Amino acid sequence: MKKLVTGLLGLSVLMGAATALATPEQDRQEFVKYYTQKYPNIKVDDYVYGALAFDEDSRSQYDSIMEFPPFEAEVDKGRKMWETAFKNGSKYAACFPNDGKQIAGNYPQFDEAKGKVVTLQDAINACRTANGEEAYKVNDMKTMGTLTSYMRTLSDGMLMNVKVEGPKAMAAYEDGKKTFFTRKGQLNFACASCHVQNAGTRLRSELISPAVGHAVHWPAFRGGDSLTTLQQRYDGCFKQVRAVPPPQGGETMNNLEYFHSSLSNGLPMKASVFRK
Amino acid sequence: MAEPMKIRATMAGDVADVKVLMNHPMETGQRKDAKTGQLVPALFIQDVVATVNGTAVMTANFGTGISKNPYLGFKVKGAKVGDKVSVSWVDNTGDKTSAEAAVA
Amino acid sequence: MNTLRRNVLKGAGSAGAVAVAVAAGLLKPTQALAEWNKAAFEAKNVGDAMKGLGAGAPADSKDITIKAPDIAENGAVVPVEVSSSIAGTTNIAIFAEKNGTPLVGNYALSGGAQGYVSTRIKMGATSLVRAVVTAGGKTYTAAKEVKVTIGGCGG
Repeated sequence: MKKLVTGLLGLSVLMGAATALATPEQDRQEFVKYYTQKYPNIKVDDYVYGALAFDEDSRSQYDSIMEFPPFEAEVDKGRKMWETAFKNGSKYAACFPNDGKQIAGNYPQFDEAKGKVVTLQDAINACRTANGEEAYKVNDMKTMGTLTSYMRTLSDGMLMNVKVEGPKAMAAYEDGKKTFFTRKGQLNFACASCHVQNAGTRLRSELISPAVGHAVHWPAFRGGDSLTTLQQRYDGCFKQVRAVPPPQGGETMNNLEYFHSSLSNGLPMKASVFRK
Repeated sequence: MAEPMKIRATMAGDVADVKVLMNHPMETGQRKDAKTGQLVPALFIQDVVATVNGTAVMTANFGTGISKNPYLGFKVKGAKVGDKVSVSWVDNTGDKTSAEAAVA
Repeated sequence: MNTLRRNVLKGAGSAGAVAVAVAAGLLKPTQALAEWNKAAFEAKNVGDAMKGLGAGAPADSKDITIKAPDIAENGAVVPVEVSSSIAGTTNIAIFAEKNGTPLVGNYALSGGAQGYVSTRIKMGATSLVRAVVTAGGKTYTAAKEVKVTIGGCGG
C-alpha cells in the first residue's frame, strides 16, 4: 500500500503507481487513511459536512439554517417539476427504478452500451427525450438545477454506491482521477492541492474540505440562496485556480464526477443543503 | 401575490417553540441589478404579528437587514397542543400574507 | 406599558403598511401594533437608531445571551438568537452595528412570549451584533462580535 504524502512528488508517485495498481476501493481507502491519520478526532461520517466538519462554529450555523432552510420554496418548485406529467402523460418517476427513490447514489454510472459515464442529470435528460420533451441544459439552474434539488432528496440517506466495473469504466475513472490530480490554471493548483494536502487547513480565510464526502450533498444552496450543482461547483473551482473549465456535462467533467463520487462510497446522501 | 409562509409549532415542556419561514426577497434598495446596473427598489417586510388563539404574542418590525426569506423563532409559555398559531406580515409596498398552524 | 413601545407608536413615519393590514382585516385594530419606526430603522448609526427607539442609554447586562457565530459562514444569512432572562422582558431589538442602517429588527413580546427571539440577519462587515432588551420600563444591552469575511469556497 502506498501512502499519500504531501507535496507534488508524493502526488505524482501516487498517480503513476495508482494508475497501474489501485482499484477504486483501494484509492478510496488511501484517501480515508490519509485524512484520518492527519485528523484522528474527526469521524469519517462527518466528512459529508465538508469543511463544516472541521469547525464547530460553522457547523452550528449549518444546523441553525437547516432547521428551516430559506430555500425550501425552491425545493418545492423542484417537487412540482418532478410530479408534473409530460405532454404524453408519463412522469419522471416512470423512467427510474423504484420511482426515482434511493437511486442517486448509483450515479454516475458507466453505460457499456454508450461507452461512457452517465450522470443522474444525463439520465433525467434521457427520460425527457424518451418522452418527447427537450433535454435541459445540465448547467441551467432554473430547470435541471431546481428539478434535481428535489429529485436528489428522494435519495437522502442512501449510501453512495458508485461502481467501476470493466476496463472501459476503469479508463473513465482513471481519466477523472487524472483531472483531479493534474495541476492547472495560472495558480497551478490541482483539485488535490486543496482537497487532499490542505483539507482541514485554511487557504486565506477559507477552510478546505476533504474530497471524501464531497459528492453526497449536491445540489447545495450557497448563502442559503444560490442553487449550485456539483459540476457547477467544479466550474467554480477551475475558475478559482484561473483555469478554463471544461464544459459541464462533457466527458472530462463527467469522468471527474465519476472518480470523485466513488471517493464517497459508503457515505449517506443528503441533497439540498446549506453551504456558505 | 405573496408566496406562502410556513409555520412549525411544537411543545417543549410548557413552552411552545414556534418557527416561521416567510418567503420574501427582502430587497434593501441598495443592490444593483447585475444586468441593467439599476438599483433594485427596496422591497421588504416591515410588520409582523403573531398570535396564539387570537392573543398577540409578538409584534415585530423588520428592517432591510433581515435575510432573504426571513426566519423567525419565538417561544410562548402556557400554550397547549392544538392551540392555533397565526402569523401575518405586511411589506413596504402593502403586500401581505398570513398563515396558521396548530401547536403539535 | 413601556416607554419603548410608546415611542415606537409615536415615532410613526410610514403609517401605510399597518393601516393596510388593518383595513384588510389581517390585523385587528385592537391588537397592540408596533408601527414601523422610520426614524429608528433608517438611522445610519447605532446611537441614532437606539435613540429612535427611545433606548438611549441601556445598561450592560449579563442576563442577555446572544448566540451568533464568531465568523459568519455567509454575511447574507447570519443566524442570531437572543435570550433574555431579565424578568418582565417586553421588547428585544437587534442591531448590526456596522450595517448601513444598523437596526435590523424590533420585537415586542406579549401574551406569554418568552424573552427570546431567533432570526437570520444580513451583515455587511465585521461588527458587533447588539441586543437591546426592555424590561420593566428599563433598557439593557449586550453585544457579541461577528466576523464577516469574503470567501469563495463552500464545498
